[in-house]
Order: sequence, then structure tokens, then C-alpha cells
Amino acid sequence: MAVLARAGGEAIRAHLADTTPLPPHTRLRGPETGLVMLRGRAGGDGAAFNLSEMTVTRCSVSLPCGAVGHAYVAGRDHQQAELAALLDAALQDPARRAALMEAVIAPLAAAQADADEAEARKAAATRVQFFTMATMR
Amino acid sequence: MMRPGFTDPVLDAQSCFRAVLEAMSRPGRVQRLASALAPPAPLDAATAAVLLTLVDAETPLWLNAGVEAEEWVRFHCGCPVAATPAEAAFVLATATPPDLASLPQGTDEEPEAGATLIWQVAALEAGEGWRLSGPGIEREHRLRVGGAPEGFRAAWAARRGGYPRGVDVILCAGQSIAALPRTTRIEEG
Repeated sequence: MAVLARAGGEAIRAHLADTTPLPPHTRLRGPETGLVMLRGRAGGDGAAFNLSEMTVTRCSVSLPCGAVGHAYVAGRDHQQAELAALLDAALQDPARRAALMEAVIAPLAAAQADADEAEARKAAATRVQFFTMATMR
Repeated sequence: MMRPGFTDPVLDAQSCFRAVLEAMSRPGRVQRLASALAPPAPLDAATAAVLLTLVDAETPLWLNAGVEAEEWVRFHCGCPVAATPAEAAFVLATATPPDLASLPQGTDEEPEAGATLIWQVAALEAGEGWRLSGPGIEREHRLRVGGAPEGFRAAWAARRGGYPRGVDVILCAGQSIAALPRTTRIEEG
């Protein structure tokens, strides 16, 4: 679910197109966009306060076999929310799970890991070493 | 298996709200809904539409319609489920309704805290049956409520003394709704 929440709708659709088509699904709710209140605590142990609101899109779908999938994703990408919910439902089916994990989830996870690493490398290149009296001696 | 709610949550809820408003303003007049809902048994399309329109996270609901209907309502309305009718803002009755006296009546300062009973009945027919009079009715409206228990009219009459405290009723059958606000008098036809 974390992988689907971070992947774009187009990317999920592109990977889904390579697999055996999923059965038609029914939209139970949404996709619809709304706001959720983020709560924070100062210093980790202070009183809870409202930090800000965040745009979230949610969707729930059901498959003919009765499996229900839910997805809440950040942003306004309705296609992403619907496909993530659809995959949540389809992945509950043991017969489909392995193929879907291999064809959709694994490549998306690998792409995200690559992007994270590239970002980390870029950030590492700008690292500044502060020399203190102790290290200079 | 979970079933979908409104196809267009905004417009469908608005048109249903309009129908509830008309029904409340003209007690005993039967309003038709054009709802395409297919709710789980034992809910009728009109009952489900009224629930989706009125009930939300701030209104505790008490219901006796079975597990499947309860799951459906909780999923689509996001409402807390009250343990007893006395704690509910909306009470859904699909068979015999709970005793009117056991529902929240509100207070003289806050009569709006009185519960609303959403009552699914077997049939609603205008033009015969009970004689209704009171605010919103010029002379009298007539309404036959299929499956209303014997003692309901007497219980209703007994609650009228407490005005402005009281309970409002929305009657649902198939695709039709009608309302009995707390101000309405019911006489046998």
C-alpha cells in the first residue's frame, strides 16, 4: 500500500496493462478529494495541536468475488486512488497475489528506491564538513 | 457483499434533501424519490436515500435492520451507532418502531435535540386512512400507513402535550417518503 500511495496513477496503469486484466470493479465510494487535519505534538510529548490540513483522495471499490479494497492517497490523483483501491482488493486473492506483486508492486518499489537513492546521492554531494578545533588539531 | 451508495453524492443527496424538506413542510403528502440505489435488505431505496442524506459522523444512529444494513450505513455515512434509542439522533426502524417515549425528546430550550425516527413501512398511500391536521396542512391531509402498529396513534397523541419537545417521523416505503413532524395531529379516518 505504501508503494501504491507513492506511485503516480499513470505509472500504476502502465504496469497493470502488462498483466492479465482484472475483473470489472464497482465503485463503492469515490474517488473523492477532501481534507484531513494533521495533528502534531511539540517536542513529541507536548499537547496535540492542529498542524495543517492536507489534501487526500480516497476510493473504495469491490470486485465480483466480494473483496473490498480501500485507498487513501495524498493529492488529487483520482486515477491513482482508484487503481490503488482496485489493487488492494485484487491482492487479497491468493491466486492473483504473486503475479500482481511481481508485475506491479515490485517494479514500482524498485523505481521508488532508485529515485530515493538518486536524491540521497545528490544531497550527499552538497554535504559540508564543519571542522571544529578538535578535528583540526 | 458491500453495495455502492449514491452515484453522484452531491446531486443525489441534494434532491433527496429537497424531497425531505417538502415532506416535512407538507405533512402527509407523499413525495416520490427517483433514486437508483440498490441497498442491502431489508432497506428500501427511499430509506437508504434518506439515511445517506441526513446521517453523518455527528449524528449517532440506532438501528435494528441487521448486520449487513448496519455495515452498509456505517461505511457510507460514517456515523456512530448508538447502543440504545435514547442516545441516538436518528432512529431507523424497519419493523415496529421503538416506543416514542424512549427516544430523545429534546428540551424546552433545545427542542431540536429531539430524535428523528426514520421508519420504513410496508406502504404509503395518500387520500385515505389517517386524517392529518396541523401546521403545513390547510384543512386535512389523508395518509394510509401500511403496517403501522395499533397503538401508534395513541402513543403519538400522548406525546403531543410535550410540545416543543418531541420526535419527528419520516416514513419511507419503496421510492416514497412522507413525514409526520411533531406538530401534526393524527385522527382515525
